[in-house]
Amino acid sequence: MRRWLLWLPLCAFGVIVAVVAWGLYRPADRTVYSRLVGQPLPDFTLAPMVQGKPGVSSADFRQGTPRLLNVFASWCVPCIAEAPHLMTLKAAGVPIDAVAINDKPDAVTRFLRRNGDPYARIGDDRHSRLQLALGSSGVPETFVIDARGRIVKQHVGDIRAEDVPILLQTLAAAK
Amino acid sequence: MIAALLLAAATPNLAYTQLRDPAQEADARALMESIRCLVCQGQSIADSDADIAGEMRALVRGRIAAGQTPRQVRDWLVARYGAYVTYDPPLGWATAPLWLAPVALLALGAWVARGSFRRRGR
Repeated sequence: MRRWLLWLPLCAFGVIVAVVAWGLYRPADRTVYSRLVGQPLPDFTLAPMVQGKPGVSSADFRQGTPRLLNVFASWCVPCIAEAPHLMTLKAAGVPIDAVAINDKPDAVTRFLRRNGDPYARIGDDRHSRLQLALGSSGVPETFVIDARGRIVKQHVGDIRAEDVPILLQTLAAAK
Repeated sequence: MIAALLLAAATPNLAYTQLRDPAQEADARALMESIRCLVCQGQSIADSDADIAGEMRALVRGRIAAGQTPRQVRDWLVARYGAYVTYDPPLGWATAPLWLAPVALLALGAWVARGSFRRRGR
């Protein structure tokens, strides 16, 4: 029997320890991203969520200007945190449409009155149908849609101050 | 009001209501147990009570009641969320070692056994 073979089990054990230590100290990113980035926005039509504001449909995203599609809910706390940054984007001239997930009109109206209203349109996605069709796994999420209705970027989680310039850049590149 | 109630009764909330057809319900149930809840990632959508898991159960039941096969529904979800959404991931570069390792280890074992039997025979 060759001597060096005796060390093989110890080496294998060492490799396993290294893999486990790596996994413990640098846990994998478990964010679920949509596979639809780079593909056309799926077809949909959503009824209006609040009075005086139209609903959203996929046709609205093929008008020749890049837009943001914000997935939000009045019951979502990080959505409150991102509201001022959406207002900044709106002030910069970015058209923003929204989908309200599992929500009620008066709750959304109250949310918009308190946190500002950056939206051109708000669709009512009462059973998360569009959310699931988009490959979105939570609120808030923001999709950048280019001038031809293709999804070019998905931002998972609330938009922070440092994300605003990145989103503006992506929108400028999506013309 | 009554019309709304009737409508609600006619379209039950499929997140918490079984399908009428037992065979379809069994298909849906089996699929739900193999789909990962997206927010509570250690659980299947059958086990989780998160809102989005409920919506995913409703989607699975609705599509199976409409005549889709569990395979079609699973592929629809994988196309949107990636293979991570299923607990029964398809064979690919990342999962190939899982399938091939047992075969490789068996082959290695056979090779070692052959060596030691031959030595004993001598």
